[in-house]
Amino acid sequence: MKHLLRLALASAWNRRATLGLTVMAIALSVTMLLGVERARIAAREGFAQSVSGTDLVVGARTSPVQLMLYAVFRLGEATNNVRWSSFEAVAANPAVAWAVPLSLGDSHRGFAVLGTSTSYFEHFRYGYRKPLAFSAGRAFSGTIDSVFEAVIGAEVAQSLGYGLGRRITLSHGAGGAGLPEHADKPFTVVGILAPTGTPVDRTVHISLQAIEAIHLDWQAGAPIAGFAIPAEYVRKFDLTPKTITAMLVGLKSRGAVFKVQRSVNEFAGEPLLAVLPGVALDQLWQVVGVAERTLLAVSAMIVVVGLAGMVAVVLASLNERRRELAILRSVGAGPRQIATLLVTESVVMTFLGAALGILALALVGLLAGPWIEATFSMALKVWVGSAGEWILLGYVMLAGVVAGGIPAWRACRLALADGLTPKL
Amino acid sequence: MTSPLLNVDHLRFHWNRSEAPCIDIEHFEVAAGERIFVHGPSGSGKSTLLGLLGGVLVADRGTVQVTIDHVSIGLGQLSSAARDRFRVDHIGFIFQQFNLISYLSVLDNVLLPCRFSARRQQRAGTNVRAEAQRLLHALDLAPALMARPVTQLSVGQQQRVAAARALIGRPEVVIADEPTSALDAERQDRFLDLLLQECAASNASLLFVSHDRRLAPHFTREVALHDLNRVASIAEEATI
Repeated sequence: MKHLLRLALASAWNRRATLGLTVMAIALSVTMLLGVERARIAAREGFAQSVSGTDLVVGARTSPVQLMLYAVFRLGEATNNVRWSSFEAVAANPAVAWAVPLSLGDSHRGFAVLGTSTSYFEHFRYGYRKPLAFSAGRAFSGTIDSVFEAVIGAEVAQSLGYGLGRRITLSHGAGGAGLPEHADKPFTVVGILAPTGTPVDRTVHISLQAIEAIHLDWQAGAPIAGFAIPAEYVRKFDLTPKTITAMLVGLKSRGAVFKVQRSVNEFAGEPLLAVLPGVALDQLWQVVGVAERTLLAVSAMIVVVGLAGMVAVVLASLNERRRELAILRSVGAGPRQIATLLVTESVVMTFLGAALGILALALVGLLAGPWIEATFSMALKVWVGSAGEWILLGYVMLAGVVAGGIPAWRACRLALADGLTPKL
Repeated sequence: MTSPLLNVDHLRFHWNRSEAPCIDIEHFEVAAGERIFVHGPSGSGKSTLLGLLGGVLVADRGTVQVTIDHVSIGLGQLSSAARDRFRVDHIGFIFQQFNLISYLSVLDNVLLPCRFSARRQQRAGTNVRAEAQRLLHALDLAPALMARPVTQLSVGQQQRVAAARALIGRPEVVIADEPTSALDAERQDRFLDLLLQECAASNASLLFVSHDRRLAPHFTREVALHDLNRVASIAEEATI
């Protein structure tokens, strides 16, 4: 056995260039395989954590998925609004720790404008309960004297090239060009949020009072003809909002979540809907899950291609080794020894390839992880994490054994006749 | 009377059931220490005969009996694993294309049979490396060459390494299949002298197959395959 091992080593060293390439090929397919699997899981988790730390999302009665779409993803529009009195009633529920109002409908150059209160910056969480952070500036003050302040998301700042102090005007309605402008009431950027990888990055945040202020002289979605209230006079008006679009609710204790949900759904003042964000996001993921299934299919193809390539490489190298094996057979190596030689080699190569692949991926995770997390909100694991990955690695090792086993089986049949009447 | 080392009786072999047999031998025997020159044109079944004698092929009919230390074994009765074992323990092969392993040194190539056969290892003595060096030396290879990779040797040197590999551990039979055809005439004679000398020293029987009859005088007995193999003589007559 010791001699056989030495022979295997000498033989492998002799073919180190080919074997090195094979190990690299295996390492690459393992990296891809695990990388896709990890990205798939990270994408799912990132999506599921677009909003976290919020126990309930409340809006006018509609479908849970639609409520999530406009309240969290700023997609589509609310069919109905929530009265301010209803917001106050929900916020006054003894089980509720905090409630953040959300008012949508305006936009700035394609980015959604969100009217909210300063408590938004305090209570909103994403990812693993991460709070919002400012990369520059501060939250809008929310006082009546400085109504026209805006806080922009990272992507808004980056793609429009905005810095602190920049003056911007908002458009009425969501969508592209051609919308009526609130040109008479410009805003000043006072804060820029750090990247979150969530819809927050694509949002312009202003105070609820500001939303009221820019619509003072509007009616039915258009400026009232011949009637304008200059920006400096808006403080003379009552800027308490009459309606909002939705609200985020945090509870004192998670245990009360179903009780509070029921009380909101049965609210007497107007028809409301309260959804658990996790449940609704899962439902929504079912809708956009096509992407995940595509990735899964890609994973599967990579597995098949990678493993087939591995078997092919080992089989090809067997042809190269046919003469060598024949000689060994002729000097007395038995079929079992030849098989041991081949299977050991392919198992060791697969193992090395897999280890190298895991290392390469860990390196990617370590070096590019923070950037990927910031940009795509995907928290990539550095080491083998999920059971799925272990199962994939198991398949890779199995393929390694098969890749060695097929040639071993063939070699046993070929080598003896070859060995005693050796041809080139 | 002691049994001969190799005893072949009524041996018949078909490659393919539907075809005529390609080996049909009434009787053939090899005594211990005998040096036999087997001569025959290509296609006369030389390789098939060697395959049968070496236990690679199994006869359809008849027996190949080997007697070692007064124990007779019929090769046809052994399992394929046992025949593998038998072949390593008792037969040394030399081929036309030497078949050395390119990534091993000269010495490691010679030692290969000892790695796979405990009997060969044991018969090579307590120090197998010294025995390998002795054989290489006896076959006229300079000690300086022994640690070199075999690929750096000349053709004649490589063939002598192959001979040393066949002889190590004193197998009872050495089978040489056209081992000199890659050498020029002068080196053929020199190689043959060394080979015969070493076979005599280890008391191995030598079965030397070649199409070149000029080599015959070196041997104790010459066998023409077409006299031995009834199929070959029929085939030969048919072509004439």
